[in-house]
Amino acid sequence: MKTEWEGFNKGIWCNEINISDFIKKNYTSFEGNEDFLESKTIKTTKVWNKCENLLKEELKKRVLDIDVDHMSGINAYDAGYIDKENEVIFGLQTDKPLKRIVNPYGGIRMVYQELEAYGYKLNKNVDKYFNEFRKTHNDGVFDAYTKEIRKARHVGLLTGLPDAYGRGRIIGDYRRIALYGIDYLMKSKKDEWDNMEIKEMSEDIIRLREELSMQYKALNEIKTMAKTYGFDISNPATNSKEAVQWLYFGYLASVKENNGAAMSLGRVDAFLDIYINRDLENGIINEKEAQELIDQFIIKLRLVRHLRTPDYDELFSGDPTWVTCSIGGITNEEDNMVTKTSYRIIHTLSNLDPAPEPNMTILWSEKLPENFKKYCAKMSIKTDALQYENDDLMRPSMGDDYAIACCVSSMRVGKDMQFFGARCNLAKTLLYSINGGIDEIKRELVIPGFDKMLDEVLDYNKVKKSYFNMIEKVAKIYSDAMNIIHYMHDKYAYEAGQMALHDTNVNRLMAYGVAGLSVAADSLSAIKYAKVKPIRDKEGITIDFEIEGDYPKYGNDDDRVDNIAKEILNKIYSELKKHKCYRNAIPTMSVLTITSNVVYGSKTGATPDGRKAGVPFAPGANPMHERDINGAIASLNSVAKLEWEKCCKDGISNTFSIIPSALGINLNEQINNLVTLIDGYFSQKAHHLNVNVLDKETLIDAMENPEKYPLLTIRVSGYSVRFNRLTRKQQEEVISRTFHKKI
Amino acid sequence: MKKASVNSIETFGLVDGPGIRTVIFLNGCNLRCKYCHNPEMWKFAKKNYSSDELVAKIIRNKPYFKNNGGVTFSGGEPLIQYDFLKEICQKLKKENIHVAIDTAGICYGNYKKIFKYVDLILLDIKHITKEGFINITCKDEFDKFIEFINELNKTNIEVWIRQVIIPDVNDNIKYINNLAKFIKNNFKNVKRIDFLPYHKLGNEKYESLKIPNPFKEKDEMNKEKCNELYQEFLKIYLK
Repeated sequence: MKTEWEGFNKGIWCNEINISDFIKKNYTSFEGNEDFLESKTIKTTKVWNKCENLLKEELKKRVLDIDVDHMSGINAYDAGYIDKENEVIFGLQTDKPLKRIVNPYGGIRMVYQELEAYGYKLNKNVDKYFNEFRKTHNDGVFDAYTKEIRKARHVGLLTGLPDAYGRGRIIGDYRRIALYGIDYLMKSKKDEWDNMEIKEMSEDIIRLREELSMQYKALNEIKTMAKTYGFDISNPATNSKEAVQWLYFGYLASVKENNGAAMSLGRVDAFLDIYINRDLENGIINEKEAQELIDQFIIKLRLVRHLRTPDYDELFSGDPTWVTCSIGGITNEEDNMVTKTSYRIIHTLSNLDPAPEPNMTILWSEKLPENFKKYCAKMSIKTDALQYENDDLMRPSMGDDYAIACCVSSMRVGKDMQFFGARCNLAKTLLYSINGGIDEIKRELVIPGFDKMLDEVLDYNKVKKSYFNMIEKVAKIYSDAMNIIHYMHDKYAYEAGQMALHDTNVNRLMAYGVAGLSVAADSLSAIKYAKVKPIRDKEGITIDFEIEGDYPKYGNDDDRVDNIAKEILNKIYSELKKHKCYRNAIPTMSVLTITSNVVYGSKTGATPDGRKAGVPFAPGANPMHERDINGAIASLNSVAKLEWEKCCKDGISNTFSIIPSALGINLNEQINNLVTLIDGYFSQKAHHLNVNVLDKETLIDAMENPEKYPLLTIRVSGYSVRFNRLTRKQQEEVISRTFHKKI
Repeated sequence: MKKASVNSIETFGLVDGPGIRTVIFLNGCNLRCKYCHNPEMWKFAKKNYSSDELVAKIIRNKPYFKNNGGVTFSGGEPLIQYDFLKEICQKLKKENIHVAIDTAGICYGNYKKIFKYVDLILLDIKHITKEGFINITCKDEFDKFIEFINELNKTNIEVWIRQVIIPDVNDNIKYINNLAKFIKNNFKNVKRIDFLPYHKLGNEKYESLKIPNPFKEKDEMNKEKCNELYQEFLKIYLK
C-alpha cells in the first residue's frame, strides 16, 4: 500500500480506480447536529474581504476584466492569487481573480459579441488563428445543420442549444487526482491505449485512440499547471489540505479548458471528510483548520466565471456557473453518507455569506439523520441557497456515487457523461398544430404538412391528434440537431481534461429537455373542459383565444389535467427515443427551464389556456403562476405525478416559494414543517425541489431598492442567484409566481 | 352519502392545528363577526363534494401528515353541516387521520355525535360576556356558546383556544384578566391558547363582495402589543 494511504482501510480501490469503494470502506457517517462547527479564521476573513471588494466592483462593471491575449486552456495562464499569504487553497482560472477567459473553441463569433459588449478587443494573433487556421465547434455545426434545424432554432422552437459555446454538464471525477495522483491516472490511460483490443480499425476505435491520447496529454497539463503554483501532484495527496488542493486543481483545469453552461463539481463531502478525519485523529489539524480548508475551497469555487453575451444573460442570468456540489445521500446498503464535511460545506453559507455558488444540492433520503434534515431546513429558511433532490428515487438506478450536474441531471461520477441539449418549446409546438406549422410570431412555415385549424371552437381530440403529430416532427428535428451538435463538439471542442477523469468506456446520455409543460397541459385541459374559441387574424393565424367556462388546471392535484401533462411528456420522450443517438448515447429528458422560461414565453404567442402572448412560462415543471389555488401540497402532488423513472431521468425541476409566516409561527416549527414537507414530497417519487422562504414584499422592495439587498439570494429553477443580478423581466416573473400563503 | 358545500381547500395549512394540515373551508355561518376575514363563506352555496370525494382528496396528502398533521374543518362555521361532518369525520378516523374542527361553538344541530371522531377542537372565543359577544358577532348566541363548552367538557377532546385581539375592543388588561379566569373556570381540557392579532387581510373580500365592512376603518392590532398582552395573560392564567 502506498505511504500516502496509511491509515486507510484497504479495498479493491487499492488496485483499480474505484472512488466509491474507497469512500465506503473509509468514511465516518455523522448523526449529530451543527454545534461542532467553527467560525471562519482570520486568514479566511482576510481573503474573503478582498473577494467581496472585487465582487462589488464586478457587480458595477458586470465584467471585472478579460484576458484577451490568451486562449482557454488548462495551462494557458500564469499563476494567480487573491492574497497569497492568507490563501490556503490555491489556483485561479487566469492570473487575476474574476478575470475571464476567452474560449474560442466553441465559436469565434460568440467571442466577438462578448468582447464587444464589454468594450474589449481580441489580440490580433488569437483572432487570426481562429479566423484563418482553426475551425470552431460553431463552424462545424452550421456546416451540417439542416434547413429545418436552422428554422426551428430561429423561431425559438429549440432554444439554448450548445452550438456556439461549451456544452458543459460533464463532471470529471476530480477526486481521482487526490486519491491516486496524476501519474497513476496517466499510466492507466496509457495502458489502455497500448493494450486496446482492435479487431477492425473502425471510426469508433480511431476516435477513441485519439481521445485517449488527448486525455493523457491533458493530465500532463494539469500536472504542469499545478507546478506553476508550486505543487507536485504526481503522487496521491498525503493530507487533507493536499486532498482539497489536488481535487481543486482537477476542477480548476476543467474551468480553464471549458466554458460549458454548467461546470459542476460532483460529490466530494464524504471523500474529503475521510482525509480531514485522518488529520484530525492524528492531531495534524483542528476543527477550526478543517473549516478553514473548506471555506477557502468554497471561496475559490465562488470566483469561477465564464465570458457570456448579453443574450446569454437574458436566458440564464446572474452569471451562473452551476458549480453544483452534491451533498449527503445514503449508500446502497442504506447507511447514512452525511459526514461532518457535509455540514462544513453548508456552513460556508454562514461563514462567508449566502451565495448562489457552489450550487448546494442535498441528496435527500427519508433515512438521512433528523439532525441533518433539520440543519438543511434551517439553512434553507435562512439563506434560500439549497436545493433538494430525491436520493431514494435516483439511488436504485444511479447507485450511491452519482452527483448532480447543472440543476437536476444525475450522473454516476466518472462513469457517465452527458450531451447537454437545452430544450424544445412544448407550448409553441401546440400552437403550430393549430396554425398549420406556421410560427405565430415570425409568420414563417416551420413544419410543413399540417392544415390550419378553422374550427370555431377547438375540438380536443382533433387538437390532440394534430399536436401529437407535430411532436413527432419536432422530435425528429431536435434529435438531428443534437446529434450534429455533439458530433462537432467532440470534434472541435473535446473536453480532454474532464474526460481524462472518467472511465475510458464512458456511458453517454443524450439529455433532451422540454419547456412550457404547464402551459401545454393547461391549454389541452381548457380545450377539453371549457370552450376555447380561436381568434384569428386576416392571414388565418390564431393570435389569441377566448375561453368560456372553467377548466382543471395543473397544480391542483387534479388527475383530469395532471394526466394530460404526463401524457405529453410520455409522447415527446417516446418520439425522441425513436431516433438513434450519436455514439449510442441513451436518451434522457428533463423538465427544466432555469430562467429561460421568461425568454421562451416572450417568443411564444397567446396560448389556449388564457396565457397572453409574451407572458413568461412557469419555470421547469411548475404549475403556471397563481393557478395552483389549493395550496402547496396540492401543487406538489401534481408535480410529483410526473414520472422521472419512465421518461424524465434527466430531472424534473420544481421551485417552491412560501412566505415565512405561512411555514410556521416560529423557527422551530418552520424547520419541522419544511422537513415534513420535503419528506412527504419525495415519498411520492418526486424528483427535485427548490425552496424559497421569503415575502413577496421583500422581493418587490429588492427590485426597487437593489442596494438594500446586496446578498438576497433566491432559488430559481435549479440554481440560486443573487436577486439583483436578474433582469427586470426575470425579477417581475419571480414576483408573479405563486407564493404559498394562507390567512 | 351526504354532500357538503365546500368553499375551498387549503392543502398546506400550518396554523390551524398541529403539523401540516389540509384545511377544508365549509360554507355557511350563523354569526356575523365584525373581524371576520372569510365573509365569502357566510352564505351557503351549492353542495359540491360528497364525503367520499373529499376523503379521496385528503388521502392524497397523507404523506405530509407527520407530527399529528391531518385535517381541519374550518369555514364559515363547519358545525352547521353537522350531518356531513359526522359522516366524513367517521371515515377519516377509519383512515387514521388526525381530525380538528375550527369552530365558534355555535350550532343548533346534534353536533355531539361528531365528538367521538374528533381529536382536536380549535375554539374561537368571541367574547366572555353576553353583551360583548353580541357586540362582536352581531348575533345573540352566547348561551349556545356556553352550552357547547359544557358539552365539550363531557368529552376528552383536546381544546386549543383562540382569541382574536382587536384594538379598542379587547386589547386591555381588564379583559385579559377576565379571559384568564373564564378559561380556567369553564374548560376541562385546554392544551393551548393563542392570541391572534386582528389583521386586515380580509378587507378586499368585503369590497369585492360589496358587503359593508364594520371594521373598515379599524387599525390592525400591533403584533408586539398583542404579544405583551399574551405574556400578561399567561402570568394570570398560570398563577
